[in-house]
Amino acid sequence: MKHIISILIENESGALSRVAGLFSARGYNIESLTVAPTEDPSLSRMTLVTRGSEDIIEQITKQLNKLIDVVKLIDLADAVHIERELMMVKIKTTEQSREEIRSLASIFRGKIIDVTTTTYVVEMTGPSSKLDAFIASVDGGSIIEVVRSGPTGISRGEQGLHL
Amino acid sequence: MELNGAQIVIQSLKDEGVEYIFGYPGGAVLHLYDAIFQQDAVKHILVRHEQGATHAADGYARATGKPGVVLVTSGPGATNAVTGIATAYMDSIPMVIISGQVPSPVIGSDAFQEVDMVGITRPCVKHNFLVKDITKLAETMKKAFHVATTGRPGPVVVDVPKDITDPRITIPYKYPKKVVIRSYNPETSGDKGQIKNAVDLLLTAQKPVIYSGGGVVLGEASKELTEFAKTLGFPITNTLMGLGAYPSTDEQFIGMLGMHGTYEANMAMHESDVIIAIGARFDDRVTGKLDEFCPHAQIIHIDVDPASISKTVKVTIPIVGEVKPVLKQMMELLKDSKKKPSKKALESWWGQIDQWRAVKCMEYDRTSQLIKPQYVIEQLYQVTKGEAYITSDVGQHQMWAAQYYPFDKPRRWINSGGLGTMGFGLPAAIGVKLAFPDSEVACVTGDGSIQMCIQELSTALQYKAPVKIINLNNSYLGMVRQWQEFSYESRYSHSYMDTIPDFVKLAEAYGHVGMRINKPEEVRPALEEAFAMKDRTVFLDILTDRTENVYPMIEAGKGHHDMTLRVAPGTSTDRELA
Repeated sequence: MKHIISILIENESGALSRVAGLFSARGYNIESLTVAPTEDPSLSRMTLVTRGSEDIIEQITKQLNKLIDVVKLIDLADAVHIERELMMVKIKTTEQSREEIRSLASIFRGKIIDVTTTTYVVEMTGPSSKLDAFIASVDGGSIIEVVRSGPTGISRGEQGLHL
Repeated sequence: MELNGAQIVIQSLKDEGVEYIFGYPGGAVLHLYDAIFQQDAVKHILVRHEQGATHAADGYARATGKPGVVLVTSGPGATNAVTGIATAYMDSIPMVIISGQVPSPVIGSDAFQEVDMVGITRPCVKHNFLVKDITKLAETMKKAFHVATTGRPGPVVVDVPKDITDPRITIPYKYPKKVVIRSYNPETSGDKGQIKNAVDLLLTAQKPVIYSGGGVVLGEASKELTEFAKTLGFPITNTLMGLGAYPSTDEQFIGMLGMHGTYEANMAMHESDVIIAIGARFDDRVTGKLDEFCPHAQIIHIDVDPASISKTVKVTIPIVGEVKPVLKQMMELLKDSKKKPSKKALESWWGQIDQWRAVKCMEYDRTSQLIKPQYVIEQLYQVTKGEAYITSDVGQHQMWAAQYYPFDKPRRWINSGGLGTMGFGLPAAIGVKLAFPDSEVACVTGDGSIQMCIQELSTALQYKAPVKIINLNNSYLGMVRQWQEFSYESRYSHSYMDTIPDFVKLAEAYGHVGMRINKPEEVRPALEEAFAMKDRTVFLDILTDRTENVYPMIEAGKGHHDMTLRVAPGTSTDRELA
């Protein structure tokens, strides 16, 4: 099962490699990893997507908690949460396909953020599954490049990951 | 007090009460060595190889419970220390390793003797620091000692670039009394509800076993463990790392468990209905085949490290906390409880265990004309009255020492259990001897292991750390040979060295006493003679039965109930020849 682990970690050099190193050393999967500073500049927030049995996820969270730099973490999959991923897709266009791509982007609530005579760049956010669906709807041969941020997430309601 | 960076490092060691630093100088730590030269509170032990420094500090830490301190230079100095750091990491030994680093401005430029020490050691330290700012130096040192010695202990590396220790730059020095790391708050006392559940379960047990490990030694909880076991009357087994945490000569002790544990300990584990694991981590050398591990048992697990719980074996009642306070709470509940362990059940359980004991799994041929290594260890035990600190290297000799020297006190048995590092024994013995100059210290080793750090014989002489080296010389890499005999139809691929040095001459060349022992009847007098030479390091090169194997044994991939016992006492040699 897919798990989204949200981590508050000391914003220090090497913190990212401690997390990444833990995963490679212990043979865990990382599907995606995003990291950025938070409103508190001493902390970074990481969102890490991984897969594994309950036992493995339990070990992953325990091992992560053991890292001295990790302040706090939650497994978002444990509760109701919102998940968003940013994607930019560069698509080769022709006179005939332009209208179709525009309407497809609008159905998916995407935005066209760059236009040349032969290409569009479509920006889209949403759960990863929605982005997958958009890609599947576009003619594969016309896609020049896909850039995805990997998901980030936040829990619903008053609960939150903070100090 | 205005100090430069080098002085801050040394002064903080003083403020931590550090007695010895084990180290080796080099370019990146010259400022630090100059600061060492100008004081005498912290004594420096110059080893002959950085691996020796880490093992000596490690031995010191294991024997005293205080953190071991190491100082090495950048580059090769740092990488040579890595084996010793990993050794300490696997056995959760508190150490602080200070490594020099090239000056900050040239970090990352492949400078002379530059290596990314923080990167290299990341997977084998509890934590590490690169000091980037002299104003953070004292605080970083404090954090290093705090992290190394609290919770589940472990080695911590402090990498110090040369410019940080520049003698021209001074700042006001104040060593923090305590330090708070917001992301690091190890659990100590354990959950009350779970402790109650554990006690309730223990009191219903019909075939209980106490399985305790190195955590009891590290957590200074031997007294509590002994009281706990005595109150319950349960059989108790120790892991390799836990030996001595419970008196081995006590009747409730059923021996070590695991790959080379006793038949009775492994059978008891296999048949048990309630196991309480105390500061032990279900290592693969203990569990054997996981699918067949303790099939009937509900398991209680006390450990300070939550990640050790249910890592390989699912447990029924996890208790995250330090062993000592948790055992104390359990004892209180046991004293207050009206329910007592079932006398009848325990009697029948002990009856069963006695039958397993009657197999006498540790017997060996006592009539052999060749020196049996087991006999040497038994004699070592008698000559030292069971009071010595015994360090060991890794291999057959290590198992024999663990099996035939019953340790009654914690911190007396000092070996590399987790990483299995050959070369550990001699430098560790030096570290122990420096900590306890009035105690007997012996290093049980083999002709393979001893050659991995033999250069430290020179250190033993320089710092007057007289240790006794018990070299069980079978001119084989014995444990490798044993596995090749069992699993590879005796194809002894590279487990034989036919150019073993003359250890007697070698010991003499290093300024020590060397003795060679060929016959069983020479063993006892030689040991007595060696231990009578209080102020000399003595190298006893004991030529043992070359084909002796470690029994009993759980072969790889088998369960506790599936042990290989000696075919008939003393037939290993016969089998070999046939």
